[in-house]
Amino acid sequence: MTPLLEIRGLRAEIAGRKILQGLDLRVDAGEIHAIMGPNGAGKSTLSYVLAGKPGYEITDGEILFKGEDLLAMAPDERAAKGVFLAFQYPLEIPGVATVTFLRTALNAQRRKRGEDELSSPDLLKRVREIARKLGIDPEMLRRPLNVGFSGGEKKRNETLQMALLEPLLCVLDETDSGLDIDALKIVANGVNALRSSERGMIVITHYQRLLDYIVPDVVHVLAAGRIVKTGGKELALELEATGYAQFQSVAA
Amino acid sequence: MAMTAAIRPVRTQAELGLADVYTKARRGLPGGSDIAAVRTAAFNQFMLAGLPNARVEAWKYTDLRRLMRDAKPLAAAPDAIAKGMARDAGSLLAGLGFRRLVIVDGTFVEELSDLFELEPGLTVRSMAGALALDEPMLSQGLGPMVPADESALALNTALAGDGVVITVLADVVVARPIHLVFVNTGSAPAAMVTRSLVVVGKGAGATIIETHEGRGQADYQVNTALQLVVGDEATVDHIKVTSEDKGAIHIGTLLAHVGARAKFSEWGFTSGGAVVRNQLFVMLSGTGTVANLRGLSLLAERQHGDTTLTVEHAAPDCQSRELFKAVVDDEARAVFQGKITVRQQAQKTDARMMTRALLLSDDAEADGKPELEIFADDVQCGHGATTGNLDDQLKFYLMARGIPEKQAEALLIQAFAAEVVEAIEHEGIRDALMEAIVGWLGQRG
Repeated sequence: MTPLLEIRGLRAEIAGRKILQGLDLRVDAGEIHAIMGPNGAGKSTLSYVLAGKPGYEITDGEILFKGEDLLAMAPDERAAKGVFLAFQYPLEIPGVATVTFLRTALNAQRRKRGEDELSSPDLLKRVREIARKLGIDPEMLRRPLNVGFSGGEKKRNETLQMALLEPLLCVLDETDSGLDIDALKIVANGVNALRSSERGMIVITHYQRLLDYIVPDVVHVLAAGRIVKTGGKELALELEATGYAQFQSVAA
Repeated sequence: MAMTAAIRPVRTQAELGLADVYTKARRGLPGGSDIAAVRTAAFNQFMLAGLPNARVEAWKYTDLRRLMRDAKPLAAAPDAIAKGMARDAGSLLAGLGFRRLVIVDGTFVEELSDLFELEPGLTVRSMAGALALDEPMLSQGLGPMVPADESALALNTALAGDGVVITVLADVVVARPIHLVFVNTGSAPAAMVTRSLVVVGKGAGATIIETHEGRGQADYQVNTALQLVVGDEATVDHIKVTSEDKGAIHIGTLLAHVGARAKFSEWGFTSGGAVVRNQLFVMLSGTGTVANLRGLSLLAERQHGDTTLTVEHAAPDCQSRELFKAVVDDEARAVFQGKITVRQQAQKTDARMMTRALLLSDDAEADGKPELEIFADDVQCGHGATTGNLDDQLKFYLMARGIPEKQAEALLIQAFAAEVVEAIEHEGIRDALMEAIVGWLGQRG
């Protein structure tokens, strides 16, 4: 069966700095992969390269999404195909109401997939339903996107977008950063609700804590731009005890 | 070359043409001997200075001598065909139930205007009619507000044929907005020179909207001026929409004289015309007045859009806010010059001016020059200017959610513009302008 995501020998750099140095990764539908690693290992770069952020130069390797060349697609095409990046630092966009943004995004994706656009009342109904589950105040939806939202509210808003857009591949970049334990539980519940046999997830995190709530099938250690170790969920606990120092020396 | 030739300004073709236009038109222009004398003086002033050019500080970025190649003949009074073409003008605000006063090719056309059931205390007349009675309104109160070398306005004074005169008596609040529909049918190249006067009495209120648009493809020229007298404790909203045809030159002048404890809101929207200059001279002459002045320009292709603003705080305890934004695409150029002057007696003045330009292409240009001139010592004044491109990070965030690049840009531009539009109190006008912005964005490739 064609894997959901297959990364082969990926090398990427930004402004001449080599970040990813021969990264291989395969994620099948229905699986949750955690990627852990020290700061500077290339975790965020991997998430940005998957989403198509400009500025990164791919010098070697390929990324296949359901067998298609992901690197050849613009960020919006990737989104329409089903790639979703939950940002570590969601951006604030003054002047664009959250609900306008959600409607524009969902309908742009549906159009690109040749599906009918969702009417405003239908969309609002769905958004409200998701917002309720995530404990998001409906009043917040009328406010400009992420403007004046707390760290926790921003992460919940990312989760809301993910639930609404129903992607096939969710990439969560340090979703736990800046969250207290209550917010973390809410966000994790939201993510877990999206677990399904058609969907794959990559959970990028520095700390093991998040993985108590979003339990991965596979754990990878990313160091110096490559996957240096792969194991089951127990690997995360092991790393919590030993730290990343051993891998940094391996990579060097 | 003789010495005398060096000090005599060399006339451009347009200047020579304007002299010719004036000579031919002067006898036919409305007004008795007093008005004729005012016109002659104004024309002499114009000839002395010539067309505004880069050597005049206030016109530094808009060199009309270079931009205006020739002079057009004054437009003929509109015939039945022109009036027919004007019928659906001002459609931007259609359906809002405003009182429409229609000016076709520079002539106020009563039969197209809504003069029914004028609110008690509201009068509407044609400027040509008022001038014929030799009323001294062309020169009323202009003295200290306008620089002596302001030759574009001098040209307007010399050549103005028509316009409207609106008066609102003291304590009369005209709730229904008045829409001055200026339409230039432009079947042949022509110049439209209009002058209007709005006097809002003490404690009175009015909303005045001007829209300026074209109907043809001819390269017409507009020189339009509005004198606005805002009485003590009056509330006046003035909105001007300049969306002329592609080849048009539009020179607009606002002269606003605002009394004490008044509320004055000024809002300008520029989206059309080859060369547009809107100059605003605002005098706050009484204490305790609040003035909000805002503007938005959307410029593309090779358009040139200039907003030049002078706000004079001549009395204590007034507050003024100025926010002017421009979105500049292709090879267009936006100019904002803003000057706040605080006279010595104008203590406790609170004035803040901001200008922001958003450049959408590498060839787009924005020139901003905010200035403060303060003679009082107990004031709060500030100004700022920014110029930038669309934020790539924000664009990526939107695209990562599936929004195509152009649509993501449109959303961000709309957000940039919305801050200015949201300041408009009237919901119908606000929505109409938002729609105009969305329409403009839709035309971007």
